[in-house]
Amino acid sequence: MEVLLGIQGKDFVLVASDALAITSIVAMKRNHNKTRKLNDNVLLMFSGEGGDSVQFCEFIQRNVQLNGIRRGYPLSTKAAANFTRVELAESLRSRHPYQVNLLIAGCDPDTGVPELYWMDYLASLKKLPFAVQGYGQYFCNSTMDRYYRPDMNLEEAKALMKKCINELKVRFIINFSDFVFQVVDKDGIKEIKLE
Amino acid sequence: MARRYDSRTTIFSPAGRLHQVEYAMEAISHAGTALGILTKEGIVLAAEKKVTSKLLESMSSNEKIYPLNENIACAVAGITSDANILVDYARRVALSYRKTYLENIPVEVFVQRICDVKQDYTQHGGLRPFGVSFIYAGYDEKFGFQLYHSDPSGNYSGWKANCIGANSPNAHSILKQEYKEDMTLKEAKSLAIKVLSKTMDSTTLGGEKLEFATLTKKNNQIKLNSYSSKEIDALLEEEKDVINNNEEN
Repeated sequence: MEVLLGIQGKDFVLVASDALAITSIVAMKRNHNKTRKLNDNVLLMFSGEGGDSVQFCEFIQRNVQLNGIRRGYPLSTKAAANFTRVELAESLRSRHPYQVNLLIAGCDPDTGVPELYWMDYLASLKKLPFAVQGYGQYFCNSTMDRYYRPDMNLEEAKALMKKCINELKVRFIINFSDFVFQVVDKDGIKEIKLE
Repeated sequence: MARRYDSRTTIFSPAGRLHQVEYAMEAISHAGTALGILTKEGIVLAAEKKVTSKLLESMSSNEKIYPLNENIACAVAGITSDANILVDYARRVALSYRKTYLENIPVEVFVQRICDVKQDYTQHGGLRPFGVSFIYAGYDEKFGFQLYHSDPSGNYSGWKANCIGANSPNAHSILKQEYKEDMTLKEAKSLAIKVLSKTMDSTTLGGEKLEFATLTKKNNQIKLNSYSSKEIDALLEEEKDVINNNEEN
């Protein structure tokens, strides 16, 4: 019942993740952060089996950071995304695969080119201009499809994100009270308010 | 005295030396010369083939300069059969990096991985170290064109111009004198030929005695251009002033 959203603008990626930690029918927590920083300019967002997703993402986080230390400069978004895919694909063919769905948002610190990747628990990786993970797909994909433009600035992307969140509030049976909004651009990753 | 420590690659002599490793380096200083020159436009690799005979079937593959990956090539000095093993390993390293990250391996990471293997053979028992030095020419997005050298001990270092193999001290001093930071690729090629013509034993240079290659970037593609023996002859003809000047001096 989790939702992750991402919109790639002209020089940034705006992402949102719901802040609800659920066990069975109980809301355990309403300020849960479902993201991990892979490095200064790449953000990994996850949804899925509670323990699995955190375990897997922190494994990826540490390895991407290790690689950055070894070579002396951070991994690109594309390299980090593909590394994540390879690890999940290997896990998929083991006895106990990780059940985790991901969005990977990043921005090249030198060129300022933003990138957004979508990956499901079967390790299929796609580079997309906008992406939704979880039940939110049924409500938000059409909204994004209608209003998305590749040259959006941050204000326009925020407005689109608001439309999507609003759609969830109107149609989805779960009422997410809180989302965490973050912007990834060439200066790094920062949390923002949508208002 | 040295004998007691000679036979063990992994044991220090009382003077604090690893004799087998030093002998391996000695072996390289008798091998055919290989050199690399770095410019902003690309890298020149050149090497001297030691064994030439009219009876030898000219093989389609090179024996001194090898492409290792889309973005990396190397020139070899030392025992060719040892080099083949490392070249094979190096190619697998580069491809497995590509498989995992979907981009080319950074040059220094690559050189380090090969040096890890070389170092291993100087520490873990009973084996002979690889009798090979490499000059790597590589390109990556972050640092552009790079030239590295690695020796049998597993040490590596980055260079603007370097030379390994027979007569390399001579070649070094020429390179030191004539290398300029803002060299064009063409100037680097003629410098490479000048160095080889001064350091090779044979009096006449020829396409069958040399290997020559350039690593350049064109339309965002890295290209290794290996010269055929005819192309080398043409290049030598072009640069004959450089060679003749040497003979007069």
